[in-house]
Amino acid sequence: MDLAYNEEYVEFRAEVQAFLKANKSSAPKGRMGWGQADDKSRTWQQLLIKHGYAARTIPKEYGGFGAEPDILKNHIIAEEFAIAGVRPGHSGDPRLVPVVLELGTEEQKHALVGPTIRGDMVWCQGYSEPGSGSDLASLSTKAVLEGDEWVINGQKIWTSGAQHADMIFCLVRTEPDAPKHQGISYLIFKMDTPGIEVRPLVTMTGEAIFNETFFTDVRVPKDQIIGRRGEGWFVANATLKHERGSLGDPNQLEGRFRSLVEMLKSEKIDGKPLIEFPIYRDRLLKLQARVLSMKCNGMRILTANTKNEEPGLARWIVKLLGCELNHQMAALAIDVMGELGVLYEDSPYLRNYGMWQRNYMLDLGLIIGGGTAQIQKNMIGERALGLPKEPKYDAI
Amino acid sequence: MEFALSEEQRLLQDSICRYLESECNLDRVREAAENNVTQQAEVWQGLSELGIQGIIIPEEQAGVGLGFLDAALVAEALGRSVAPVPFIGSSIMAPVALMAAGSDDQKEAWLPKIAAGDVVFGVGVTEQIAQRETTGIKSDGGKLTGKAMFVIDGVDANMLIIADDDGALYLVDVNAAGVTRQNLKTIDKTRAVAEIVLEGAAAEVLPGSQNDREPLLKTIDAGRLMLAADTLGAADIMLEKAVAYAKERKQFDRVIGSFQAVKHMCAEMATELEPCRSLIWYAAHAVYDIPDEARLLTCHSKAHLSEVGRFVAKTSTEVHGGMGFTDLLGLHYWFKRIGLDRQLLGAPELIREQAAAVQGW
Ligand SMILES: Cc1cc2nc3c(=O)[nH]c(=O)nc-3n(C[C@H](O)[C@H](O)[C@H](O)COP(=O)(O)OP(=O)(O)OC[C@H]3O[C@@H](n4cnc5c(N)ncnc54)[C@H](O)[C@@H]3O)c2cc1C
Repeated sequence: MDLAYNEEYVEFRAEVQAFLKANKSSAPKGRMGWGQADDKSRTWQQLLIKHGYAARTIPKEYGGFGAEPDILKNHIIAEEFAIAGVRPGHSGDPRLVPVVLELGTEEQKHALVGPTIRGDMVWCQGYSEPGSGSDLASLSTKAVLEGDEWVINGQKIWTSGAQHADMIFCLVRTEPDAPKHQGISYLIFKMDTPGIEVRPLVTMTGEAIFNETFFTDVRVPKDQIIGRRGEGWFVANATLKHERGSLGDPNQLEGRFRSLVEMLKSEKIDGKPLIEFPIYRDRLLKLQARVLSMKCNGMRILTANTKNEEPGLARWIVKLLGCELNHQMAALAIDVMGELGVLYEDSPYLRNYGMWQRNYMLDLGLIIGGGTAQIQKNMIGERALGLPKEPKYDAI
Repeated sequence: MEFALSEEQRLLQDSICRYLESECNLDRVREAAENNVTQQAEVWQGLSELGIQGIIIPEEQAGVGLGFLDAALVAEALGRSVAPVPFIGSSIMAPVALMAAGSDDQKEAWLPKIAAGDVVFGVGVTEQIAQRETTGIKSDGGKLTGKAMFVIDGVDANMLIIADDDGALYLVDVNAAGVTRQNLKTIDKTRAVAEIVLEGAAAEVLPGSQNDREPLLKTIDAGRLMLAADTLGAADIMLEKAVAYAKERKQFDRVIGSFQAVKHMCAEMATELEPCRSLIWYAAHAVYDIPDEARLLTCHSKAHLSEVGRFVAKTSTEVHGGMGFTDLLGLHYWFKRIGLDRQLLGAPELIREQAAAVQGW
């Protein structure tokens, strides 16, 4: 255990602070990092990569900053951005970039990583289907090889951001006769390929966040596959692992917690800030302990990663606990606002542009998306604790 | 630069756990509990040979000179084994008080003895956190009068450190005139707390604690951190036992761990507990290395582990069905240890209020 900040890190922190002070005003607002297509976000992200505050450890040849992994520097960057309330950078789509770096060909790494981390290439994830949600491996969208092209037919659903995406990474069945986990391939292709139709689906927040995505004779060059034919399930699991890491990210939890404290300090009942009411304060403190413990858990995972050790349970729980915690923070914010907490859209008296109301709902979506809480518990039970799987029955 | 245990710390943890598994197994614990022995002499002696009593005492005073993370690993191991030994009060809180506020003479007189296992200290500071009726200590011309309840490790102590109502800390000899001790029976038979009544008892102040509450607060912080680590160890073993039982016990022709209701109880325990480990590592590391954050982290460790501990203690018992509720299985020793840890040195609600105050809220 050695978290002491020596000279090098003290200097580094000062550099980050100076950068933030000078550039804070050009940072875009809002919580989303990746998946945002506007110019302001792109310019900001590119500035961050240039200074090594985003895509920091991605090799230079693929468009990253190319620094050696250094937990403390990552920590300092995240911390200073959170303290300054400035949107942090990202390392591209966290579901895709690590997979390309790990399993992609040299050509794919060169073609995909750079544009993705710069924000010039935006991705969507085509996994879920109307009949295949938690039981993803039962998916039935199929791709048949005709000459040098895959021909894809079928339907995806809940495809977040498909309406704005340039590219999709998509699971399709290519070996219909193989057992279900061994018949899937991981294809990547452009969203403007003929035969793709995207129909937005409105969510409970009132926005169209996700979509139905239909494929009719969509033709994709044969080499636009990651991993080998029939190995898509294992490639996808690699991405799910990274997605779990990013959903429930402790730096985001910390930022959220800071806004929550601000809310309790600024909202008043009978002229008295809510943070002075012991009952609300106690709920805040309970959440703080959880946020801090997730922050420490995150540092532990980071250390394990840099030493190539498997973090085990520490990693398995992040999605489940992090998403739940986000939701509970939003819930407290809503309760603190009381009746003001149900105002919506462009109502007067809205606090923080209705951010908490929106988060309260969105966070519930994230408890469900990316593997539901129940599926997370199955995985923790079976893979981390070694409990036996549910016996299989014929259809009930 | 890393957030992990060092090789030495892993070895320390390993050697203590191995020692306790063989010398302080459930049979030994049960035997002690049934005979109302709160200090297993052989185990205490064995731990002494491993250097445990002097773990945080500087080498100049014949201690081992390690830090609070090392101490927390020991507390965790003791919690895993529900070991009946006076570690938290005598080996941690008393040395912290002496190191923070003792005169050079006092340090020379007592720290080497603590490190050698020649003396056991009880520590009575609870009244400074929450004073119940008829308790409290007044000092007058070097004499103490009043009552200190829930004196940690007070049952087996030869010496005491007691806080007066102003937060000053005093050394008191248990055998001095005007000192009466009564053992308080608690749910947890693996550790004991005493009530100390003082009637003009001779006492020697720790000079650094006069007009400065910091030594008292440091002593409380250290105790809380160790209680949190003790709970971590106890909860960890309750989770392990639940998982092992769920893999072996069969009902409806299946092992019960294949039922989602049971699997999810285990997953929820693991999910709640795992980040607590990192929280305690960080808090313990902070004591010497990030002192600005230490008190807040310690408060949160104690309060949060109390909540998670209670959840795990209840859930693990449920996973064991009726067997979990029996004396025979012995699971209740951990259940009760977690229960005592929660209330000692401040229940979670009180501690969270302090955590708020630390932040100016
Ligand atoms: C906001 C949001 C964004 C999303 N974005 C994307 C995206 O970009 N791309 C994409 O491909 N998908 C996306 N999804 C889809 C998401 O991955 C699925 O919704 C999720 O995997 C659950 O599948 P389902 O909706 O079919 O629910 P179901 O699988 O039908 O689950 C219904 C209920 O049954 C429970 N359940 C199911 N199986 C089990 C089991 N074995 N054990 C215990 N309980 C079980 C579930 O936990 C849940 O409570 C998104 C979803 C949301 C909410």
